[in-house]
Amino acid sequence: MHDYDVVVVGAGPGGSTAARSCAEEGLRVLMVEKRQEIGAPVRCAEGVSKSELSSLVEVKKKWIAKEVQGAKIYSPDNTLITLSAEQAGNEVGYILERKIFDRWLAKQAARAGADVLVKTAAVGVEKEKDGLRVKLRRAGEFFEVTVKMIIGADGVESRVGKWMGIDTTLKLNEIESCVQYLITGLEDMYDMEYCHFWIGHARSPGGYIWLFPKGNGSANVGIGVMPSMAKKPAKYYLDKFLESEGISTSKIVEVVAGGVPVSPIDRISAERCLLVGDAARHADPITGGGIINAMRGGKIAGKVAAEAVKRDDFSAKFLSRYDELCREDFGKTLERNKVLQKKILKMKDETLNSIAKSLEGYRMEDLSVTGIVKVLIKKNPKIFWDLKSLFF
Amino acid sequence: MPSNCKIVVDRFRCAYCGACVSVCKNDANELVETFLVIDESKCNCCKLCVKVCPMNALSVESSEG
Ligand SMILES: Cc1cc2nc3c(=O)[nH]c(=O)nc-3n(C[C@H](O)[C@H](O)[C@H](O)COP(=O)(O)OP(=O)(O)OC[C@H]3O[C@@H](n4cnc5c(N)ncnc54)[C@H](O)[C@@H]3O)c2cc1C
Ligand code: SF4
Ligand code: SF4
Repeated sequence: MHDYDVVVVGAGPGGSTAARSCAEEGLRVLMVEKRQEIGAPVRCAEGVSKSELSSLVEVKKKWIAKEVQGAKIYSPDNTLITLSAEQAGNEVGYILERKIFDRWLAKQAARAGADVLVKTAAVGVEKEKDGLRVKLRRAGEFFEVTVKMIIGADGVESRVGKWMGIDTTLKLNEIESCVQYLITGLEDMYDMEYCHFWIGHARSPGGYIWLFPKGNGSANVGIGVMPSMAKKPAKYYLDKFLESEGISTSKIVEVVAGGVPVSPIDRISAERCLLVGDAARHADPITGGGIINAMRGGKIAGKVAAEAVKRDDFSAKFLSRYDELCREDFGKTLERNKVLQKKILKMKDETLNSIAKSLEGYRMEDLSVTGIVKVLIKKNPKIFWDLKSLFF
Repeated sequence: MPSNCKIVVDRFRCAYCGACVSVCKNDANELVETFLVIDESKCNCCKLCVKVCPMNALSVESSEG
């Protein structure tokens, strides 16, 4: 008899949603998290789409820090484009308090029947004839659990995939290297009803700078750079930006660092293994947003795991159902955005400026996303013509 | 593995984010909660982790010999 049907490694949004989904399907599930506090330290700018989040969980006031109206995007020469929340997509709408949100999600998993262990890291897996022996380290002591399968929801630094034969190693052009400060006293400098984005390779090579308001004049101000394109570490560019904007560095109440995978991979399952969220490289290549996809994938993973347990079939072939279901749900968008991202990365700052200028005068708030893309193609046929087939 | 090169972590700079772990082909580093450990016997000194670190917390220490 196995100790559990499934072990879930990592208690981020992906892991907790997967554990809950497994438990609700009637599986015996253990979720392990190496940190002693779920949700802390935060590695996120905490923006999510309202509609997407509401479709996944019942929205609770206690973990919403702020609701925003839309996004303001500044081109390299600071030409401003304003988008409504719906147009801006997955990362604009609610700004979460992830320390509370992540913990709430983990509690939902526990309440649904999952066992949860914190300060417990998975450190290896041994394959056996009828299952897996997962090695865990809790407060320095080693022990093992036997399971039928493993769900790797261990984030950007994921090792579960590697142990199970899926190469998830990121190259320097497949990750955004990020740093962020939580800064207070910004209410007089920026419209705090909007998320702000600054683009351009000079100030953030291969990435962008963001400001997401969290209420009471405070905001997450951060940067992502692509290490293959940046000559200096992310922190250098963020500090330079703060200086150029005249943002004081004497009111920083939190520092966050992190990596976001921005390149989808071919396989996210293997024999007795499913990967979820950042571990599956499911973050969006353009925005770097990954909370929603981690939760969507987690939900699907629980269903597929339940089916596998019922049939007693943990083969790579059967579990590839998971790959298919994810692709149908959100994977196609990821692939499309990867194509778009590659295109944007090649654009010079002058091109970005002329695109932004071409949109001046349009009431962007009135246009849908496809509407915006149509305007873009019409105004910049040379630049965007080859993308037409991706959208229409 | 060549040992004339060693990756060192500045623990005062490191913000324990795990970005360096995600680029390591050799499973040579592990983020143990809030501290990074590097297994020198597995590290081939490719320096990818140095390049990805947002905090500039990693560096190469080369010993003569
Ligand atoms: C600076 C920054 C800003 C971002 N901003 C946004 C944003 O605004 N909106 C958005 O949608 N996304 C954003 N993202 C991405 C988002 O944070 C991730 O996509 C999301 O957290 C993925 O969830 P997850 O559950 O897959 O992984 P994570 O939330 O990373 O959780 C993984 C968990 O696994 C644990 N773990 C790892 N290894 C082990 C092990 N061996 N044993 C046990 N536990 C382990 C970790 O401690 C961690 O708690 C941002 C990321 C960064 C770095
Ligand atoms: S130098 Fe290369 S092999 Fe060594 S820890 Fe860094 S990424 Fe891994
Ligand atoms: S990438 Fe840098 S800051 Fe992040 S864990 Fe590694 S050494 Fe620390």
